[in-house]
Amino acid sequence: MGAHHDHDHDHEERWSEVELRVKALESLLTEKGLVDPAALEVLIQTYETKVGPRNGAQVVARAWSDPAYKARLLEDATAAIAELGFTGRQGEDMVVVENTEAVHNLVVCTLCSCYPWPVLGLPPAWYKAAPYRARAVREPRAVLAEFGVAVPEEREVRVWDSTAELRYLVLPQRPPGTEGLDEGALAELVTRDSMIGVGEPLPPAGAAA
Amino acid sequence: MTTTDLAQSPAIPRDGDGPVFREPWEAAAFAMAVRLHERGLFTWKEWAATLSEEIAAAQDRGDPDHGDTYYRHWLAALERLVAAKGAVGPAEMTARRDAWDRAVRATPHGQPILLANDPRSCAHRP
Repeated sequence: MGAHHDHDHDHEERWSEVELRVKALESLLTEKGLVDPAALEVLIQTYETKVGPRNGAQVVARAWSDPAYKARLLEDATAAIAELGFTGRQGEDMVVVENTEAVHNLVVCTLCSCYPWPVLGLPPAWYKAAPYRARAVREPRAVLAEFGVAVPEEREVRVWDSTAELRYLVLPQRPPGTEGLDEGALAELVTRDSMIGVGEPLPPAGAAA
Repeated sequence: MTTTDLAQSPAIPRDGDGPVFREPWEAAAFAMAVRLHERGLFTWKEWAATLSEEIAAAQDRGDPDHGDTYYRHWLAALERLVAAKGAVGPAEMTARRDAWDRAVRATPHGQPILLANDPRSCAHRP
C-alpha cells in the first residue's frame, strides 16, 4: 500500500455506519451459506415492482362484483385471496373486514408494522411511524379526519390491531354510480388507503366529486 | 379528548406511493430478514416481537420514530436475532464491520470496493 501514499487522498469514499453494518452482516451470512446475494436481489426487485396495492384492488373489485366470492372472502380471506394467486409472506393469516353504513374499519399495527404484503405491498412510511401507531387506537376519528375521511357520528369506528399472526384488509364500500363497471374498471377505483381504512375508493369517472 | 390533547398530537407523516426503500441498504436489510425467516432461522412471531422491542427501545431513547428510522430498527432487530440464534455473533460482526471500513478507505475512487482491499486482509499477506 505504501506506494500509493504519494497521491492525494481525494478518494474520500465513506460508508455510513449503517451501511457498514449491513455489508458486514450480508457478507458473513453469504459466507455461511445462509443468504445468496442473487436471491436477495430478486426478492428486492419483486417487492419494488411486482407486489403492491394493485393486488388488493383486484380482490376488492372481485368482491364488489361477485357476491359468492365476497362471502368466501369474509369467511376465509386467506383462501379467497389465494384464489386470485396472491399468496406468500405476511399473507398467511388474512382477515377481511367489511365497511358498511354501520361500521367503518381502520387497520393499524401498534407494536411494529405488521401489514398484508401480498395484497398491499410494503407499508407506507406513515403506517410505520409512531404517531399513526399510537393515535389510530387512541383517537381514530381525529386520525381519519386528518386523512380526509369524515365518518358520520352514528357510524361505529372499529380499529384492528395487526399482529404477526393476523393481518387485516378493509373491504371498502362500493362507490355509488358504479353499477355498469366491470371488475377491471372497479379495481381502478380502489386505493391503497381505502384498504387500510384511512381513505375511500375514488368516485367513478364523470361522477360529481 | 381535550383540545390540548389534539394540539399536542404529533402530525402523521403522509406520503403518496413513494419509493419502498429510500436507500439500498434498507432493501438489503429487508431482504436478509425475509430470507432468514424462509430458511427457518426464526419464526415471524419472533421477528415481530424483536422488531417491536427495538422500536420501543428507540422511542425510549428519544427517537421520534416518524418512519424514517424504521429500517435502522429493522437492522438492529436482525443483528440481535442472528446473534441470539447463533448464526453471527456480535464480535464477528464488529470485526467484519471494521474490515469493510478499512477496505472502503483503502479503495481508490472509482474502483469497486472489495473486502480484499482491506490492508489487513489475507489477500495482502505474502
